[in-house]
Amino acid sequence: MKTRYDAIVIGAGHNGLVCAAYLARAGKRVLVLERSDRVGGAARSEEVFPGFRFSVFSYVVSLLRPEIIRDLELPRHGLHILPLESTLTPLANGDYLAQWSDHDQNRRELAHHSLRDAEAYEEFGMLMYRMARAVKPFLGRVPPDPASLAPRDLLGLARLAANLRGLGADQVHALHKLLTMSSADYLDEWFECEALKATKSASGIIGTFLGPRSPGTAYVLLHHYMGEIDGVFRAWGFAKGGNGSVSDAIAAAARGFGVEIRTESTVARVLVRNGRATGVALESGGEIEAALVVSGADPRRTFMQLVGAEHLPQEFVAGIERFRFRGSSGKVNLALAELPDFSCFPGAGPHLRGAISISPSVDYLERAYDDAKYGEVSRQPYMDIVIPSMIDPSMAPPGKHVMSIFVQYVPHNVNGGWTEAKREAFGDTVIDTLAQHAPNIRSAILHRQIITPADIESMVGLTEGNIFQGELALQQMFFLRPVPGWAKYATPVSGLYQCGSGTHPGGGVMGASGRNAAFAILGERP
Amino acid sequence: MLRTTPFHARTAPLCLSHAWRRWAGYVVASSYELTHEREYHAIRSSAALLDISPLYKYRVFGRDAARLLDRVVTRSVAASTPGQVLYTGWCDAAGKMLDDGTIARLDADLFRMTSAEPGLRWLQDNAAGLDAAVTDISDATAALALQGPSSRAILQEIAGADLAKLRFFRIVATTLKGIPVTISRTGYTGDLGYEIWTDAGDALPVWDALIEAGTPYGIVPAGMLALDVARIEAGLMLLDVDYVPARKALTGRQTSSPYELDLAWTVNLKKEGFVGKAALAEEAQRKPEWQFVGIEVEWDALERLYAKAGLAPQLPATAWRTSVPIYAGGGQAGYATSGGWSPLLKKYIALAHLDARWARPGTAVEMEVTVEHRRERAAARVVKKPFFDPERKRA
Repeated sequence: MKTRYDAIVIGAGHNGLVCAAYLARAGKRVLVLERSDRVGGAARSEEVFPGFRFSVFSYVVSLLRPEIIRDLELPRHGLHILPLESTLTPLANGDYLAQWSDHDQNRRELAHHSLRDAEAYEEFGMLMYRMARAVKPFLGRVPPDPASLAPRDLLGLARLAANLRGLGADQVHALHKLLTMSSADYLDEWFECEALKATKSASGIIGTFLGPRSPGTAYVLLHHYMGEIDGVFRAWGFAKGGNGSVSDAIAAAARGFGVEIRTESTVARVLVRNGRATGVALESGGEIEAALVVSGADPRRTFMQLVGAEHLPQEFVAGIERFRFRGSSGKVNLALAELPDFSCFPGAGPHLRGAISISPSVDYLERAYDDAKYGEVSRQPYMDIVIPSMIDPSMAPPGKHVMSIFVQYVPHNVNGGWTEAKREAFGDTVIDTLAQHAPNIRSAILHRQIITPADIESMVGLTEGNIFQGELALQQMFFLRPVPGWAKYATPVSGLYQCGSGTHPGGGVMGASGRNAAFAILGERP
Repeated sequence: MLRTTPFHARTAPLCLSHAWRRWAGYVVASSYELTHEREYHAIRSSAALLDISPLYKYRVFGRDAARLLDRVVTRSVAASTPGQVLYTGWCDAAGKMLDDGTIARLDADLFRMTSAEPGLRWLQDNAAGLDAAVTDISDATAALALQGPSSRAILQEIAGADLAKLRFFRIVATTLKGIPVTISRTGYTGDLGYEIWTDAGDALPVWDALIEAGTPYGIVPAGMLALDVARIEAGLMLLDVDYVPARKALTGRQTSSPYELDLAWTVNLKKEGFVGKAALAEEAQRKPEWQFVGIEVEWDALERLYAKAGLAPQLPATAWRTSVPIYAGGGQAGYATSGGWSPLLKKYIALAHLDARWARPGTAVEMEVTVEHRRERAAARVVKKPFFDPERKRA
């Protein structure tokens, strides 16, 4: 018997699953086809070493849309977000900067470095919060195109304008600065503590091939505060069981709505007839028909590989070719026999339950970028470290630990290309850098998993290993993501839609792209 | 981590209730005894000793120190003389309150400013181009309040200066049992009282000297719960509780001007430019839309509401700090921000923000009260602040 599907979603990444769930909730019969043996895409947990579970790629839940958590009843399907509350930045002089979630504690700690910064921090926070409130609603909507005169675009723009009008003059001025300045320059206007500026500006460079002094990086500072607006909701943290459990919860919700998910089913091509998507062809042979095809793959993979340039207008193809990926980050996941002992903060304190950021100064980060600009892995990389087993002990055998190290910059197009030796050298660089701050780390390692951008590309299918399916840089965000004029999830091929991070608003385990795409397909307003 | 004050070695063993409260990143006792009652009554009948070290304190020094302060606060600092203390608020450029506190003129060029919020950056930024240095002395300075009718007698036992000469809102540098201190004739209780400022390193001997001298007079260490009742009786507002400082306000509506907080007397529009002056001058013309007033709930009305539920009137055991709707003219006319039972006045009182139309003393209003899980409205009226204003307060 042949099952007929209304929609096929390519890829069981979290956005594909979210999109599928919403489509099925609206009554569509949906099939999700996934290349690998499990759901999740880059949000997956795996027992890489016996007894040790790794969040192999993405490792925190950041900005997962509260409306998705509610609509799909993710807690009922097993999602449990545990708090990840502090950030420790070890400094070159043996001291440290810690940021704590408790207001008083945080203020005390900052005051230890700079009394003025401790006060500026709160003012800065208020300003960012107010701006984030004005800009945030934009993320949950199909982005209006300022070049379009369509009623829906005009309405969307009017709504955005109304949000911005609610801002005071100083906030509008600050927003302009955020859109034009580098994060280092912007933070220089506020703070004097190097480690604070560096640690904050690190959030502006993640997943981009830009440095803290590159213009445009300031904007991403705002994203952090968008998370704070949902602070009560606590959508920021560490998913119990690793980031794979976010995907598993969404998959369970999707199945609950009747979605069929097939793993180890690789889509070879999107079938296009007379400018219309009619289904997909599988690598294993065979075709599956559906009036709707939704691609969770990144824009280049979707259009250049699965669809084929021959089915697309030239200027659209040119737009896709211009869309930048430039993967710049890698990961090292460690199985540890014991906890790292940081020289600046010895022992097993509360700091090990939060993030540890190797970002002692803006210069440090910019130098790390300098290496990458010329095709090398940073000799002293920026690293964002978490120890998931400190938050969820079930990630490792009792008394043992897992450590996730996000590393930047690790260029996709490293000089001479990625080889086994290069990958090991990258791993050594990371361990050497960490050992400068936690000397016991070398003897504690039971197993290490090293992931380069090339590995990300081959394992998850993300072009050039870009973790956001395309750089989150201003020239390819909002109504420009991925291609000007095609930011509303529809594509030049009728019946073919996109739902991955390569679309607005993109990036992080947010799910907004998948949800927005579903609403665009259903012709409803999210 | 949270800090303990320089008096912690003394206050901790006394804190039988184990009830501590946070204040500006420090912990201080909510009450020492199991209930705060005796501590409150000490403020009004003998003397209470309160640890107020968590206050933010700044030292402002230099030829232009008075100019700097005049540029920031709404009152005239230049008009003060050494030995004087000013209570004042200060605003942002829109004329909305940022904070309130005291400025003690210790010398012609030397001031100590206290505040509820950190303000170093604000002061330093406003000092640009002036010969005035601002130092945060919050941690280095310990402070106690000795409040109550016996406070003068106790302090005089060990003070180097003649306190009969220290008038209301004046300050003197002297000694307590030989330890250098400054003593101001100030407080937050609306009673006769003093505040004692000393180096953090001298905190414990100062505490010991006061307890020793005060014991024959019935001195009682008192916590924040007792202080809260007293300051409401005195009609004194509290930042974060009774108003949202402009820097923390999420919307414009959350901010307040000094006029709206009944602080018109602290705004000197004749003074040369200060932060917020233009906005305040304009507001002075058009009259504020809100007023900060006293509310007195009518006992009979309260009794009737409880009687309906088959109960005798029940009263809050401690002062409350929540937003409670006030009704007038068929709609909500405002909201109370703190209130409670005054054990001395035997009245249920509250501090409230009211639409100016309903703010005249004597106006009949209603305050929401919850009786047996049901929201009711009790008849109340607007009254003049302070609720309690003894002659000895200014003596």
